Amino acid sequence: MAEFHGYRRPHPGTQPDHLHRPYVSSIKRAPTKPLVELPHTLSEVTGPSFDSSMIDVKAGDLTKQEKGEPVGERIIVSGRVVDEDSRPVRHTLIEVWQANAAGRYRHAIDQHNAPLDPNFEGSGHALTDEQGRFRFISIRPGAYPWRNHYNAWRPAHIHFSVFGPAFATRLITQMYFPGDALLPFDPIFNCVSDESARNRLISVFDWETTMCEHALGYKFDIVLSGRHSTPWENK
Amino acid sequence: MTLRATTSQTVGPYFQIGLARFCVDDLTAPGVPGERIEIAGRVLDGDGEPIPDAVIEIWQADAEGTYPPEPDARETEGEIPNKDRKQSEKLAFRGYGRVPTGTDGTFRFKTIKPGRVPAPDGTLQAPHIAISIFMRGLLRRLVTRIYFPDDEANADDFALKLVEPTRRETLIAKQSVKQAGLLEWNVVMQGPSETVFFDV
Repeated sequence: MAEFHGYRRPHPGTQPDHLHRPYVSSIKRAPTKPLVELPHTLSEVTGPSFDSSMIDVKAGDLTKQEKGEPVGERIIVSGRVVDEDSRPVRHTLIEVWQANAAGRYRHAIDQHNAPLDPNFEGSGHALTDEQGRFRFISIRPGAYPWRNHYNAWRPAHIHFSVFGPAFATRLITQMYFPGDALLPFDPIFNCVSDESARNRLISVFDWETTMCEHALGYKFDIVLSGRHSTPWENK
Repeated sequence: MTLRATTSQTVGPYFQIGLARFCVDDLTAPGVPGERIEIAGRVLDGDGEPIPDAVIEIWQADAEGTYPPEPDARETEGEIPNKDRKQSEKLAFRGYGRVPTGTDGTFRFKTIKPGRVPAPDGTLQAPHIAISIFMRGLLRRLVTRIYFPDDEANADDFALKLVEPTRRETLIAKQSVKQAGLLEWNVVMQGPSETVFFDV
């Protein structure tokens, strides 16, 4: 008989509600009826996987995807993907995307009046290694305005998408930069009541990964749901 | 001390930049057994307006009701010799798809009808596809399922039984009257026909 453990539900205050009124777009898009709690079945404890044959090894360096060097401050973003029990999440796909140094995305609907950079596409991907580690080279993204409220500006951020081992562990998040003056005013960053949960979205400047005469290092660790210690047993 | 899972954030309006590479709208492959199906629909907001910046992810079992193994399990099977590799990739059903909505809020994908997989209570679940939905405006993904019309197994399904009977039909695709073999399934964010979303 198959035996499996479900994944833990989030700790209160650490995950946003779907309706978050200060984020105006959530008002017409968040469900109005309560979610139906689903005990985890085989469909939730399994999940898609990606192997190295699907990965472009050059996709870890966002500064080397075009003919020339992108404009901006070079950065190295590295960290680990672990579960809530600190176990490494190995060989999982991470996808990243971001604005350029001027705060402009290479996307048809981004009409912000800031220059595009022909040498910066702004996307990358990689698999974590045996220890759950990853490393991207990029440029520091710029802040940009959005129309959520008068004079609204998004703090500089990089989008991160991570699968983890199961359908239940799927996560999309954003990484921010330490000391960003816009953070206290951003409704997306401030979507949860738990201050320490919010602060874990802010990367940490790191001397160890900073490369002399080349790029500043930032550390960003990602934690995915851990497994329950009590198994379900399928009879 | 245990850690706490990282806070989810919205995928934003520009996710195509980062998520395009691993978009998959055809889960079938030559040699993969099973009934070929196509599912299409729209994602609609609280005013019934199409949502042009959503992305749907698909996870499902193969026709026998088996989920593709985790990479760790695959490793223990050992290296696949190069000459056999093409063949094995051809036969492998990955069970994964990702489709963004178009400017008119529509999405469409081809797959095979999944088999039945066990539920924690020992019964077999009705054939279903697990769905994640991300969009601008959602700080956290929504999870739902697609079930199949006229499947007897729906009546005793572990997850459907958790849902009020009047709302179950939001999870069941409908045969298209426009195209034979096409199933229609919409995602309605709000209102009287609001789709059932699961907390997983």
